[in-house]
Amino acid sequence: MEIFKPTNAAQLKDAIAACVSNERSVDVRGLGTKRGLGRPVASSLVLDTSALKGDIDYQPEELVLTCGAATPMRDILLLLEQRAQMLAFEPPDLAPLYGGEAGGGTIGGALAANLGGPRRVKIGSARDHFLGFSAVSGRAEAFKGGGKVVKNVTGYDLPKLMAGSMGTLAVFDTVTVKVMPAPPKSRTVLAFGLSPEDAIAVLADALNSPWEVSGAAYLPAATAANAAVDHVKNAGGSVTAIRVEGTAVSVAARCEALRKALPDKAGQEELHSMRSKIFWEEVRDVRALLPANMALWRVSLAATKAPDLAAALPGSAYYFDWGGGLVWLAMDDTKIGAYAETLRAAMGQGHATLMRASDAARKAVPVFEPLSAPVMALTRGLKTQFDPARILNPGRMYEGV
Amino acid sequence: MLVMPAPDRGILARRESIVAALRDIVPGDGVIDSEIGRRPFECDGLAMYRQLPMVVVLPSTIEQVAAILKYCHAEGIKVVPRGAGTGLSGGALPLEDGVLLGMSKFNKVLEIDYTNRCARVQPGVTNLGISNAVAHAGFYYAPDPSSQIACTIGGNVAENSGGVHCLKYGLTTNNVLGVEMVTMDGTIVRLGGKHMDAGGYDLLGLVVGSEGLLGVVTEVTVRILRKPQTARGALIGFPTVEDGGNCVAQIIAEGIIPGGIEMMDKPAIHAAEAFAKAGYPLDAESLLIVELDGPQVECDELIATVGRIAKENNATSIRISQSEEERLRFWAGRKSAFPAVGRISPDYVCMDGTVPRKKLAEVLTRIGQLADKHGLRVANVFHAGDGNLHPLILFDASKDGELVAAEALGADILRLCVEVGGVLTGEHGVGIEKRDLMPTMFDETDLAHQLRVKCAFDPDGLLNPGKVFPQLHRCAEMGRMHVQRGAVPFPDLPRF
Repeated sequence: MEIFKPTNAAQLKDAIAACVSNERSVDVRGLGTKRGLGRPVASSLVLDTSALKGDIDYQPEELVLTCGAATPMRDILLLLEQRAQMLAFEPPDLAPLYGGEAGGGTIGGALAANLGGPRRVKIGSARDHFLGFSAVSGRAEAFKGGGKVVKNVTGYDLPKLMAGSMGTLAVFDTVTVKVMPAPPKSRTVLAFGLSPEDAIAVLADALNSPWEVSGAAYLPAATAANAAVDHVKNAGGSVTAIRVEGTAVSVAARCEALRKALPDKAGQEELHSMRSKIFWEEVRDVRALLPANMALWRVSLAATKAPDLAAALPGSAYYFDWGGGLVWLAMDDTKIGAYAETLRAAMGQGHATLMRASDAARKAVPVFEPLSAPVMALTRGLKTQFDPARILNPGRMYEGV
Repeated sequence: MLVMPAPDRGILARRESIVAALRDIVPGDGVIDSEIGRRPFECDGLAMYRQLPMVVVLPSTIEQVAAILKYCHAEGIKVVPRGAGTGLSGGALPLEDGVLLGMSKFNKVLEIDYTNRCARVQPGVTNLGISNAVAHAGFYYAPDPSSQIACTIGGNVAENSGGVHCLKYGLTTNNVLGVEMVTMDGTIVRLGGKHMDAGGYDLLGLVVGSEGLLGVVTEVTVRILRKPQTARGALIGFPTVEDGGNCVAQIIAEGIIPGGIEMMDKPAIHAAEAFAKAGYPLDAESLLIVELDGPQVECDELIATVGRIAKENNATSIRISQSEEERLRFWAGRKSAFPAVGRISPDYVCMDGTVPRKKLAEVLTRIGQLADKHGLRVANVFHAGDGNLHPLILFDASKDGELVAAEALGADILRLCVEVGGVLTGEHGVGIEKRDLMPTMFDETDLAHQLRVKCAFDPDGLLNPGKVFPQLHRCAEMGRMHVQRGAVPFPDLPRF
């Protein structure tokens, strides 16, 4: 295997031009922490972007940060913390799911995979905080999209197209993201022993309350037992969790109101500050809550469908985030084909991604949700426009894309 | 002046048969070909540009939309989609040889799903209509453009419209979960739905803000939110624009994201006060309206912090709303800024650009200088939280040369926005208004990559041509690769 490692935008362009000219496809990777995500790419050439770091231009008052796409996420989070700010979309740290070290990964990788954490219900996903970029497309042309101010809608919203495209259209050189103030306090209300159906109703009520809920999860008993925080781990049954964030006075008052609204029979508890933080990091990163070495699915669906989905797949370890709008499922991957069919039939309108599985399993079933014929045609059309020679991560998302 | 694509004489010659074919698809009064009937469609909110469309068609079903587009695609006829026609950048300006496709009959709320916090509506429902449909349950739709009483959600999707609450609640793109649309070849495409993350490429994100160039939206699923428990406002006057700008920066630096932060300069303050009698301080050089919304305890706590920050930034007057009535009075002036300016000037044009907030004072000073140069006056209102300027250029179209001067001043202001690190639009779209300024912000390769999106959706360029992009390259031409096969060796890069 041959690895190219450009250290600046000009070299990135040259490398891709050479790939195009020599008809060699490349496996594009930053720190390689999410290599297990997607269909296996069979390129003998690697485009290692991890040297595309450059300076960080961070302007806290403007709520924007521009940096090299390969800037480690860890560095960015540290920098933001010093100014009491955050990436509001709570980028999940998925590296350990694929055998990597915690805290790995780059900002470019997080955007290319468009992943959002528990705060998704309130504030959106990576794509909602991705303002602009410079990149080199599969045509070996350097171009930019978006801008460096928090509001920009000039021309087509190319950052949206790039978010979640898994490096199949262009390779980022620099990116600009929106940052937000980090709330000073986080508190979580826990309700114990609810059924999945009752939990969905409780979470919907909480999300539909005026209390600005920023996290809404449901862990069945078996999943809750894996958690680090005592009140969750020792619940002895299911745990329904509702997070609020803000000033101390505000979170206290909102928790009180949320607790009053819980069903009478449910036991209650509250997680404050550090324990609330640890709990939601586990919900965000998945790893601690679901068994290792099992195939892992991430399903985005209408929240009301979540209990049906869980019921249709008995024997799976699972939990709900996003008020039920996101279901994480772990299963043995020996019968992946049948499982995938049952899953996709039960979720209704939505999107299921096989986040982690053996290479064989990821070849056997569609890793990303199969697209309708018209959407697939547009998807192929965009690939042809941006990467006509199918140089960049070919087949990582869909065959021929 | 802007030049639109030359009309196709061959199409114009076939006008009668085209009208007849459209009548076969949309029976009854849905096809309008009389001059008097077409007249109301000759412009949108950018009223200085007018053009009678070849024919107007008002379908009422998705099948009709698909059939119209399929027919026009096969016949090589251009199509301009239109919502309520309130857009300010000329995105719905008709073409002489084009079919104007009005979506006003798609005016139904199809489904409200409180448990999944979304509403499925037809594109002709007004922005405010969505909020009204869910108001009885205590919900609303967050983006609130000033034209919300009239503008439609379909138009909002096309323009990625904003409003005064964007910094906290996002633009249209952050509040739309799905669309059903028809591409130029008549294919019906569904993107997203009630689920939060859609799979594959984010085509929904591309379609929002595409200004009617990628498809005709026939249904929209929007996120609805519970109304905040309360809202409190502060009305703050400053002796300089810098002080006002610094105050905004400090509010955000201290971790507060207000529901809205609006700023007005002295000419705007005076115009608004004369019109609305809102009690604005007439001696102030800049005025801020800061609105916090959310849980009562939090608003009470943070509004006090805002008051403290205002003092630290030399505020000359600070009023904190003590009642809902007082809060609404603070807004009365700002919300009537446009008609208020209309009263002091025979004509005005509302510009839209975004700058880094720290450049606000510099930009206002330079806008003043530019206005002097062109011999015109400007009143400024803006969404200060996100640096989105709305300079109102005052002019008198009946005076020779003033319209031309106003347009030239507008272009200068937008160039200034880009020069200081901002962008050409905040929330009004590019349309025809800013089309020719696109190269100040994007180079040829940048624009080519945007056009490639167009090529994937509408390779013949029949849907809303002449908008957004200054030059129309043929997609076949754009498809060629500049890198020759076998000609480029692998570079001397670090290898492992």
